Amino acid sequence: MSLLAAGGGDGFHAPGLEEFYPPSFLFVGTPFEINRMMLLRIAATIVLILIFWLGLRKARIVPTRFQSLIEMALDFVRRDIAYGMLGKKDGDRFFPLLAALFFGILFLNITKVIPFLNISSNANIGMPLVMALVVYVVMIGAGIKAQGGGAYIKSQLFPAGVPKPMYLLVTPIEFVSTFIARPVSLTLRLMFNMLVGHLLLVLCFAATQFFFVDMGGLMGGFGILTLLGGLFFMLFEAMVSILQAYVFALLTAAYIQLSVSQDH
Amino acid sequence: MDTTILAEVSGSISTVGYGLSAIGPGIGIGILVGKTVEGMARQPEVAGQLRTTMFLGIAFVELLAFLGVAAHFIFQA
Repeated sequence: MSLLAAGGGDGFHAPGLEEFYPPSFLFVGTPFEINRMMLLRIAATIVLILIFWLGLRKARIVPTRFQSLIEMALDFVRRDIAYGMLGKKDGDRFFPLLAALFFGILFLNITKVIPFLNISSNANIGMPLVMALVVYVVMIGAGIKAQGGGAYIKSQLFPAGVPKPMYLLVTPIEFVSTFIARPVSLTLRLMFNMLVGHLLLVLCFAATQFFFVDMGGLMGGFGILTLLGGLFFMLFEAMVSILQAYVFALLTAAYIQLSVSQDH
Repeated sequence: MDTTILAEVSGSISTVGYGLSAIGPGIGIGILVGKTVEGMARQPEVAGQLRTTMFLGIAFVELLAFLGVAAHFIFQA
């Protein structure tokens, strides 16, 4: 007990924001500094590529178990997100983007609940921002390609069927909600989900450590409670990771659909 | 004339702000999911479509709660 207490017995350590900015350890001082977040991004990407490469390397008509698992996941994205929101023709066009977003976000998120990795690199704003900007460009590009530049802007900012004077009110609102709020909300939703989830887990496990090590004795009972709570939240956060990847891809599809469709 | 302080709040008041900002999305998601369940019970054959729409709605509603989290960091200075 005293050995444990010597290890971390300095009272309750509340989690803070500094955890999301770990010190860099490689290429320090250059623009390519590598810290724990970057390492996690690289690792998640490599694992993602490896899994898909191994699973679909020798794709057969009668799939092996591993291949059929991957095909199931891909089919889910295609059927539920791409076809469900965009229809068959546009769904096939944007399926690669949607699948890349879904699995990319999923693998970056899921590191949050893997022991010893413990944090999702999507909790820094960089990665969600880049993905939201990709979606932004694709959304506007798809709209311009489908309707032409002027018609696209008109369909987005001047929705049909509104009395003329109302455009004074409607157009600014539509502009903010379409061209500003969409990318911002995509970014913030993903980032804060990951940030809050990590803080929640840290809070649970820090409390467990505090009750077991610092308080000891009867108060250890609370530690069991917080430990169970932490384990429950790990399952919950695993679900949130999948859900956020799904929601991001779904919203991407919805935004593209709103851009492409002629009538608003 | 001296004033008497009856109650005082010390520390960060943003915690209260977050509590307030969680009320709206809480009610919103409750209504959203409840109505979706109602719809699914009435018409199980469109359950998939309802579920997709529900997640879309939840994504918009829960954003408000996350803006509540963000407000603490944005207005800290």
